Amino acid sequence: MKILTTSFLTCAVKACKSSPLSFPLHYKDAELEQSDIAYNPRFLINILPRIDWDAVRVTATELGFTVPEEKPELPALDASSSTDTIEPADEKTLRELHTLLLETEVREGKLVCGNCGHEYKIKEGIANFLLPSHLGEFELFPFCFLH
Amino acid sequence: MARLDRHDPIKVAVTLENYLGTMLPTPSTSHVNSDRIYEPAEDSFLLLDTISSPTESAFLARRFAHNLEVPLVLEVGTGSGVVLAFITAHALEILGRTDVLTVGVDINPFACTATEQTVMQACRETSHAMYLGCLNADLSSCLRHGVADIVVFNPPYVPTVELPRLLTAEDSNLCAEIDAFEQESRLLSLSYSGGKDGMEVVDRLLDELPLILNEERGVAYILLCQQNKPGSVAQRIEDWGRGWSVEAVGQSGKTGGWEKLQILRICRIGVDEALGRRPLLH
Ligand SMILES: C[S@@+](CC[C@H](N)C(=O)[O-])C[C@H]1O[C@@H](n2cnc3c(N)ncnc32)[C@H](O)[C@@H]1O
Ligand SMILES: [Zn+2]
Ligand SMILES: [Zn+2]
Repeated sequence: MKILTTSFLTCAVKACKSSPLSFPLHYKDAELEQSDIAYNPRFLINILPRIDWDAVRVTATELGFTVPEEKPELPALDASSSTDTIEPADEKTLRELHTLLLETEVREGKLVCGNCGHEYKIKEGIANFLLPSHLGEFELFPFCFLH
Repeated sequence: MARLDRHDPIKVAVTLENYLGTMLPTPSTSHVNSDRIYEPAEDSFLLLDTISSPTESAFLARRFAHNLEVPLVLEVGTGSGVVLAFITAHALEILGRTDVLTVGVDINPFACTATEQTVMQACRETSHAMYLGCLNADLSSCLRHGVADIVVFNPPYVPTVELPRLLTAEDSNLCAEIDAFEQESRLLSLSYSGGKDGMEVVDRLLDELPLILNEERGVAYILLCQQNKPGSVAQRIEDWGRGWSVEAVGQSGKTGGWEKLQILRICRIGVDEALGRRPLLH
């Protein structure tokens, strides 16, 4: 699973969805693997509007990466517009994002919900969001009563 | 059993238009263990043929070419991964662009693993969409609201007396204790059993659609069989109101023991579209 996936994930427990604490899910004991993907600045720039920057910063920190405090402000690019005009500082950020979001795969570990504390296991690159049977039926997690 | 890489389009009773769209190669799924994962069949191929048909790809390209933001395609219930791999590998032909994200979900963990492999194999060439991964989950339960621009679902649609119990976290430690045969037949049963009218799983996904689909551009392709009463499903969606349109965009006749299948395209329509040129329904 690519790290970028984290930008689209939340806790599978219904009651958690409305809580801001359920996003992003938090990595624990993550084992990562780097793959090699061609750097494509246009693609990255056009993904930016879909990304919650604060969440990416949380994820980056948990996984030992760094991204700048501010989301680079780059207008979306169509196929004909040139990527030559990207400022060196933005270029650096885009490359960091490329490495973190697209080239890094999580092989093993856990994703933890900040609201209910539920831990979703990742095994051999597949994250498992199936809920324990008591949760599936009642859509409540016992820990939820604690806060 | 040896499988053909390229399915025989004559077996699928598609329209001429759809037939012309089937020039794109079908991903290989020869590694898929059919004892526990749904093997590509007429329904899978109808979905591929419909999405890549000239009319649908023109519709999708129109819808997604002008917005520069990268669209996300979600396949629910990937099984072998044949559909997701097809869309990922042929994003340019289908959506008119390769800067597209694709992600899959299946309740069957073996299907998730198979999907990873099918997508990897189909995407060896350079120009393809960006595949994020396949998640082991129930429908769209683990995804944030509004993230999907396109949802594709070939559901378990066969009417059955009972629905198999859904897999839970405990089950996915699929261990030796459980009888392998029993486990496999449950996984296969999950791939086709639709409960009452074959609609129990589809109904749950329809409930999730308004939440998961992008508010302006969202489109879903859902495959149904005759016993699912596609006409009344379409009627129900029309009742969602003006912001939605629904159309049957692909069908196959009765062939080789298969009953008639149909694909509904359910899409959000923008305010101006709703007021002005609302597409005519069937
Ligand atoms: C008819 S098969 C389609 C497989 C593949 N997409 C194809 O077209 O060949 C249905 C798939 O949906 C999966 N499925 C069934 N119920 C599900 C659920 N509640 N959530 C996610 N996936 C589900 C099954 O495991 C199976 O892989
Ligand atoms: Zn939670
Ligand atoms: Zn809680």
